Amino acid sequence: MAGSNKTKITPPRWLLAELTYACPLQCPYCANPIDYAKYQSELDTEDWKRVLSQARKMGAVQLGFSGGEPLTRKDLPELVKHARDLGYYSNLITSGYGLTEEKIAQLKEAGLDHIQVSIQASTQELNDHLAGTESFQHKKEVAHLVKKHGYPMVLCVVIHRENIHQMPQILEMAEELGADYLELANTQYYGWAHANRDLLLPTKEQFEQAEQIAQAFKEKVAGKMKIYYVVPDFYEDRPKACMNGWGTTFLTIAPDGVALPCHSARELPDMDCPNVKDYSIEQIWNESKTFNFFRGFEWMKEPCSSCDEKEKDFGGCRCQAYLLSGDMYAADPVCSKSPNHHVIQDAIDSAKASALADNEKPLIFRNSKNSRLLS
Amino acid sequence: MSINPDQTIKFSPMHRLQWEEAQQKDVILYPEGMVELNQSSAEILKMCDGTRKLDQIIDDLEQKFATTGLANDITAFLEVALKNGWIQQN
Ligand code: SF4
Ligand code: SF4
Repeated sequence: MAGSNKTKITPPRWLLAELTYACPLQCPYCANPIDYAKYQSELDTEDWKRVLSQARKMGAVQLGFSGGEPLTRKDLPELVKHARDLGYYSNLITSGYGLTEEKIAQLKEAGLDHIQVSIQASTQELNDHLAGTESFQHKKEVAHLVKKHGYPMVLCVVIHRENIHQMPQILEMAEELGADYLELANTQYYGWAHANRDLLLPTKEQFEQAEQIAQAFKEKVAGKMKIYYVVPDFYEDRPKACMNGWGTTFLTIAPDGVALPCHSARELPDMDCPNVKDYSIEQIWNESKTFNFFRGFEWMKEPCSSCDEKEKDFGGCRCQAYLLSGDMYAADPVCSKSPNHHVIQDAIDSAKASALADNEKPLIFRNSKNSRLLS
Repeated sequence: MSINPDQTIKFSPMHRLQWEEAQQKDVILYPEGMVELNQSSAEILKMCDGTRKLDQIIDDLEQKFATTGLANDITAFLEVALKNGWIQQN
């Protein structure tokens, strides 16, 4: 059954610190939970420092400061400094909104290792529309400043039906901005992206064309720019090895202190995710019901339990299994062996029908008003 | 891409090389990634401090480990390191 402690527990390596759900942008594919507006409380500076220290002691080394928009936290430089002192390799995952040259220099001084700036599209019009905020020009300036101050520059573009046709221009823009790394993240359909899926999911033809363009470009810029291409798993027949296996590598701490094996885990039923205000990271990682829930293979059902590929993909993503089949123990429906696999084709068909309809419903933007309406 | 023997070699400022107590290993850290190093790879990279050229790195390592015949292995590893962007020349 779930929660077996026979599985060998490996220590966390990656820590994602979601400092806040506050964000001036309104991306309709945001991975934050739909009901984020009800989580108002935020950990204070001392709580975060303790979390960083405890996780580092267990072996976490890669650290992402994310959100929401982490720049809205006044104590960010202090947390960055603390992380550097502990020996983390730290990353600021930002929309760039509110990032000034002064701040970029201050964070460098505090010991920040890199900055990942997200851009929504290759044109001002589409970027600002998707972000729900005028931000395109500023993001480009931020990208230049990040480079100027000697950080490796990581550009992140989330890909979906509204911008996938811009793939060639997105790649050009990344080159022009001098990105050292480009993350082309095909939308993963959780949180707000799940709610907007009919409007965001591209067709198979669009995917394939965009992927071809990206792969060709990858070769062209080899040695200069590294491209991480996050595959769109709706068009695969095997699921992704989600989080490298539940509770093996990744630890996410939500703004209110809830510890999560993946950033969507708080949306799973009866998960009772533990809070860092009540337990140490070591207790949470090793002993909590949540982190042991899907460790190892004993929780699996058929077809996963007897499948010879289970060590490769761990049965896929638990949150996707739950969102798409209503059963968090089921095989990820992306898998062609899953009895629920047809729901993927249904989703693709439904998105296509929506794209062809004369009056497509509008995107639901990620903001507190919509969060309250939807939850 | 191959190592130019006339230029010094330095570890890339865009990466970080550090000892990880929890893993009892040296690792290279960079955006979105981490490479665990075995002891010999780590020793080679630590020599890449921007003062030594290829020959000196080989000499110093052979001296440090009181051995000879490391040239091929070291050169091969440094070529991989250069290709991965872990080290730079000039
Ligand atoms: S995805 Fe957009 S809305 Fe969500 S936190 Fe990031 S910048 Fe803000
Ligand atoms: S049946 Fe389960 S374990 Fe096997 S490939 Fe599909 S998702 Fe992975």
